Amino acid sequence: MDGDDRVFDDRTPGVEQQESTANSLSYTVGLGLAVLLTIASFVVSQTNLLWPPGVAVGLVVLAFAQIGVHLVFFLHLGSGPDHTNNILALAFGVLIVFLVIGGSIWIITNLNANMMPMQ
Amino acid sequence: MTVATIDEVPAELVRGRGGGGPAPTRIVVAYGFWIFLLSDFIMFSGLFAAYAVLSGETAGGPTGRELFNLHHVFIETMCLLVSSYTCGLGALAAERQQRDRYLVFAALTFVLGAAFLFIEISEFAGMVKAGAGPSRSAFLSAFFALVGMHGAHVTSGLLWLAYMVAQVVAKGLRPNVLRRLLCFSLFWHALDIIWIGVMTLVYLMGAR
Repeated sequence: MDGDDRVFDDRTPGVEQQESTANSLSYTVGLGLAVLLTIASFVVSQTNLLWPPGVAVGLVVLAFAQIGVHLVFFLHLGSGPDHTNNILALAFGVLIVFLVIGGSIWIITNLNANMMPMQ
Repeated sequence: MTVATIDEVPAELVRGRGGGGPAPTRIVVAYGFWIFLLSDFIMFSGLFAAYAVLSGETAGGPTGRELFNLHHVFIETMCLLVSSYTCGLGALAAERQQRDRYLVFAALTFVLGAAFLFIEISEFAGMVKAGAGPSRSAFLSAFFALVGMHGAHVTSGLLWLAYMVAQVVAKGLRPNVLRRLLCFSLFWHALDIIWIGVMTLVYLMGAR
């Protein structure tokens, strides 16, 4: 009775519908958060607010927070059904980016540590 | 036998899971462009990796600490952030068919992007003049490759924006023009994400 008898609306490519969830409030909130996080990054890097050896970690955390803000408030990446494919592709992209950057740093650090002295 | 209408079907069965037939063109176009942007991120990750590995190899030349001016970097960052904001407001105006409002925001976006580029190019020119060009050390080669690639993206974004304005003026805010505007917005916002990485890894960590 239920499953097979359901009639879905027949969507075809080319049919446009206004379903944008974006509004100017989203952009304003995003800009505010991004500016705050940017200022925080500059303060952290230029003062001794954080324990000096931990500054790099703090900067990375702030950068990831700001990238998240940009993805959600500017690129409107959400958890809705329209975004499932976008999120999956992003997850794969993040994996490759981490493999390339993390792998390079790891391997080259090892190589440097094992180099013969220059003289 | 009852026939369920679209309203009674849970939304997650209909959209994005293949339940409701093909997705609207707008969603498909944005997905395709998102794949391109992710491949662009992966290309940048190679340059980021090269910079991270080579940032200490100054070959007796100037270090980032001596070269970078964080005041300029802060102004550059604010230019990009505000231009993303005006780009978003312009996209909203275009969706609502407010052509004049779109043109004002597009002009603001262009001016802020051009201001960013002007500061960056004058910084590069100053460094080359002071003998800290890309051929001075591996650190500077990686620096110019990474930051220059971001600057090249901003340049092509500005050209694309001028082209989009011409399309809006000539063709009006038709559905296909609106989809191209959507792709441009995604590109412009993605450049901000790259810049956050550049700002953090190159300038803030390098100037300490």
